[in-house]
Amino acid sequence: MALKIVKGSIDRMFDKNLQDLVRGIRNHKEDEAKYISTCIDEIKQELKQDNIAVKANAVCKLTYLQMLGYDVSWAAFNIVEVMSSSKFTYKRIGYLAASQCFHESTDVIMLTTNQIRKDLSSPNQYDTGVALTGLSCFVTPDLARDLANDIMTLMSHTKPYIRKKAVLIMYKVFLKYPESLRPAFPRLKEKLEDPDPGVQSAAVNVICELARRNPKNYLSLAPLFFKLMTSSTNNWVLIKIIKLFGALTPLEPRLGKKLIEPLTNLIHRIMSADRSVYIPFLVARVRTKGESMSVLKYVKAMFVFVVKYLGLLAMSKILKTHPKSVQSHKDLILQCLDDKDESIRLRALDLLYGMVSKKNLMEIVKKLMLHVDKAEGTTYRDELLTKIIDICSQSNYQYITNFEWYISILVELTRLEGTRHGHLIASQMLDVAIRVKAIRVFAVAQMATLLDNAHLLTGNVQRKGICEVLYAAAWICGEFSEHLDNPTQTLEAMLRPKVATLPGHIQAVYVQNAAKLFATVLKSQEGNTDSTAAQETSQLMIDRLPLFVQSANLEVQERASCILQLVKYIQKLQQKDVEIAEEVIALFAGELNPVAPKAQKKVPVPEGLDLDAWINEPPSESESEDEQPRAIFAKEEPKHSRPRHTEVDEKELAKRREARKQEQANNPFYIKSSPSSQKVYQEAPGVEHIPVVQIDLSVPLKVPGLPMSDQYVKLEEERRQKDRADKKKKEKKKRKEKRSGRGKRHDSGPESEEDITPAHMVDIVTEEMPEVPSRISNTISPSTLWVFDDKKSSKHKKKKQKKEKEEKEKKKKKKHHHHHHHSDGGGEESVQNGTVEEEEPLPVSRDGPDQVNDIQGNLQDGSQVVVSVIFENKCDSFLKSMEFNVLDSLNSKLQRPEGSGPHDGLTVPFQLPPGQSNVCLFVIHYLLFVVVFPQNEDSSTHEKLDFKLHFTCTSYLISTPCYSDAFAKLLESGDLKCSSVKLEGVVMPFHHLLARICFRHHFSVVERIDSCASMYSRSIQDHHVCLLVKTSGQTVSIDAKCDEPTLLGNVLDEIKQTFSQC
Amino acid sequence: MMRFLLLFSRQGKLRLQKWFTPMSEREKKKIIRDMTTMVLARQPRSCNFLHWKDLKIIYKRYASLYFCLAIENQENELIALEVIHRYVELLDKYFGNVCELDIIFNFEKAYFILDEFLMGGEIQETSKQMVNRSIEASDMLQETMEEYMSKPAF
Repeated sequence: MALKIVKGSIDRMFDKNLQDLVRGIRNHKEDEAKYISTCIDEIKQELKQDNIAVKANAVCKLTYLQMLGYDVSWAAFNIVEVMSSSKFTYKRIGYLAASQCFHESTDVIMLTTNQIRKDLSSPNQYDTGVALTGLSCFVTPDLARDLANDIMTLMSHTKPYIRKKAVLIMYKVFLKYPESLRPAFPRLKEKLEDPDPGVQSAAVNVICELARRNPKNYLSLAPLFFKLMTSSTNNWVLIKIIKLFGALTPLEPRLGKKLIEPLTNLIHRIMSADRSVYIPFLVARVRTKGESMSVLKYVKAMFVFVVKYLGLLAMSKILKTHPKSVQSHKDLILQCLDDKDESIRLRALDLLYGMVSKKNLMEIVKKLMLHVDKAEGTTYRDELLTKIIDICSQSNYQYITNFEWYISILVELTRLEGTRHGHLIASQMLDVAIRVKAIRVFAVAQMATLLDNAHLLTGNVQRKGICEVLYAAAWICGEFSEHLDNPTQTLEAMLRPKVATLPGHIQAVYVQNAAKLFATVLKSQEGNTDSTAAQETSQLMIDRLPLFVQSANLEVQERASCILQLVKYIQKLQQKDVEIAEEVIALFAGELNPVAPKAQKKVPVPEGLDLDAWINEPPSESESEDEQPRAIFAKEEPKHSRPRHTEVDEKELAKRREARKQEQANNPFYIKSSPSSQKVYQEAPGVEHIPVVQIDLSVPLKVPGLPMSDQYVKLEEERRQKDRADKKKKEKKKRKEKRSGRGKRHDSGPESEEDITPAHMVDIVTEEMPEVPSRISNTISPSTLWVFDDKKSSKHKKKKQKKEKEEKEKKKKKKHHHHHHHSDGGGEESVQNGTVEEEEPLPVSRDGPDQVNDIQGNLQDGSQVVVSVIFENKCDSFLKSMEFNVLDSLNSKLQRPEGSGPHDGLTVPFQLPPGQSNVCLFVIHYLLFVVVFPQNEDSSTHEKLDFKLHFTCTSYLISTPCYSDAFAKLLESGDLKCSSVKLEGVVMPFHHLLARICFRHHFSVVERIDSCASMYSRSIQDHHVCLLVKTSGQTVSIDAKCDEPTLLGNVLDEIKQTFSQC
Repeated sequence: MMRFLLLFSRQGKLRLQKWFTPMSEREKKKIIRDMTTMVLARQPRSCNFLHWKDLKIIYKRYASLYFCLAIENQENELIALEVIHRYVELLDKYFGNVCELDIIFNFEKAYFILDEFLMGGEIQETSKQMVNRSIEASDMLQETMEEYMSKPAF
């Protein structure tokens, strides 16, 4: 034993400590890697020992090696061992190693949870501190979740040392485990007023970070921060707070005004103190008028302090709000371009972009061009080049007064060596040449020279990027060849053999434009008496084109061979002395106009064209026409909604659009992804966004495209004015309507998000009054549909009377009528269908209006059903101002126009002369109970008619056609539950029976063989229901399958009931 | 928030690294390489700020040692510069006229000081006094490695 101890001590004597290791590494400069690998072997040996001190020493050395870039992840477990040592000395080393080596994917991290928890609750504050520090470096979502509570408790630790660390680490915890933010936030807020300044600043730090991510939530803390700002003397904290205000002021403009005074005070205080520079810079971020003026003074002063970078940065911030004030410092900024520091030059460039005006543009660009020549390093030069183009082309060449100048600048830029931005220059050339007609002569001349000197651009391999310019040059020369001085020479230049070394896409343009040029040349030459010149030109083409026909690029090949054949043909005609130039020119006749990407938007939608309307009924609907009562609704609906089409709100529109898109996406015959101009039409509010080319020139230029977009502007403006007028009218009307307490729209009300499975919706029980949550009961009893409970209705009346009081203000009284009808079949003539099931004894009068309804799932929206109610006036007085109302229940809601309260009724949009009937559609979300009060004005009586709508579960079925193979697949899938029912004593013929099921219960026949038929339907929530109906004699057996057992049971019960009545 | 702090010599040898967000070894190595080449290539007397990806790099040279601090884009460069300076002051106070060798041989101490000053990418303690006090207190708790070498192993 003793020997072992002695041996252990001696071993340790020979152990290297960290200093030895470092010294050793420094002494083995030549074979460092070898030395370190022996060291790592030693460390591995040390880690195998039991002695924690030895292990800690080894881990410490490993941490050093890790910094040198050696992989130490294999020792992760040993690090955990050292972390869990009870001695602070080792624990500290362990945590240090962990914070350096661990990351999210280190798997031993999960072993540390309990150890860390233990350390967090250690009585020694430094144990806790070291654990918190370590944790801040390697916290994972799991650790954050497990330790969030422990850390939260530490936030109110007695020692400020722990508190501040706990507050800081909380931010990391929030990032990894966002759920912890809510419970921890009150405590965090508390810490803003902690007596210890360290804790306070920690809390400010954390809240600033949080607020930066989502400033809106922290607006409420503004007063608290305001207090801190005026009271705190800690500059670090002040800066953070000002930063926070910088994030908050855009959200709350009043804050900016309030901040001016304390901020200026701060500036004065700090400017006079030693830390002279940074507050002004910060202030620039709080963008209010008053400050930025005073800030500018200080910014100028900063240049003296050689803190140019910051000065420039601050200026660019101010520039955004007050461009004028910065423009006066142009010289200063131009000086910065000469700075040898690239960071500063780039900043200065940024600034210049915002500073140009018509007056100084040329001067600034000239200066920049000088820099381009001087500049070393391609990245900076490229940056300069793009900046020059940006500056010139900004807001549609707003600042360019002389385009000849601009073209020459562009041409000059092409001489730049090794730039990558040839493409950019090319697009600028094209853009200017196309859009500025007056410049074309000049541009074409310049381009021709460029083409002539193409070898300068292509000669150097380094200049690859710049040869893009030739693309533009060739195109411009070809397209506007009538302006060329010497087209023959240019044509020759374009057909040089050297061209074949250019990239394919440029060659293609060359070939095409050579053809254009050829046409022009022919034209000019045919005028002469001597026809040989023209023939020579053709010959030139025929000689040179084969070169391109052999090109590797397909595009070039195709164009070249096509044009070659054409020229050959032309030559033939020429030999016969046929004048051909006119026809050749006709090939390229017509002007190419630039079209702004958004131009489609500006095309007004022709009158009478409704892009939202269906041209044909959507296929899924139209196919069920034959036997479906719903088809009537489909026809019916537009009739009511059309007059109000413009009122359909955005939400509804968006929804419809979405539905249509879905439909289209699924339809293989639909051509996809053309931008919907209807959409554009809807959201085209800004005239200022119209791509009008506005070019300010001393010479009045005609810019192609302008007249067109001008027209658009006019049209758009007219339209908008009309719209506005319309809207005003409508608004007035609306206001009037509101005053009279009645909403008008019924198809655009707020939509409920309620999402209940059909099992629930069908379980609504009609006997229940709306006050009672309707889910409770399960019975469905069509036969007792119209059972009327007098007691309950009187309760209702009381309620109504309350409403009446409001109504009285509108000088109307009510008398109450009650009349109820219910039809399960539905449709326009649902009365004729004989589906009126029972009539309710009318408590008040029998001659009230009659209403019949049909309930139908809404195809567009699975959460809605459409109820059509037929009002029939059976009395002999004129009915006016009818209202329709439903008491909303938990499961159902009448869809009302936006803005109306939950108890407001819907005005029925027609009046009823005696003896007539009319249909009205209401969209109802799982409606339960409907109240109508027709008001009879003649007799100044108001009547209320209560009625109930029975929502059978088959009202939620949508008959959907189903093919027999799909049907078979569905049955085979095995997802469906099975159930069956037998009906005895059914005397009707089989096809009548089927028709009845189809009609009443919204099924469709899939297949019928003799006395056997399969039927299909689906619920609005997409549950499949399949039926197999067989008959033999008077017995009908129905086997049903459905993926929702409750629905299945209820459907069968209903069918049974239907037939038990007959 | 600060992302990382690197200390390296003029030869590009890393002397200290602190990552305030966990990162894989490979990412770390790449960043270290980028930083050293970028910063060392800078001319003397040029400005202390660089843009790198979405971060701002603030660096400052003290004798032969470069301090390089990466902050997020919305952060203030000058605070970062001040943070670097404050850290140097803290080191100076602790080691007494600090030099590169102090940091090399006592690199764990340098980390401990940093941990008391910054935490999780935020400034933890702005007072030099407070930082020194807590460092001293924890040092009192810690036996030095030398002590352990002379102690018996049981």
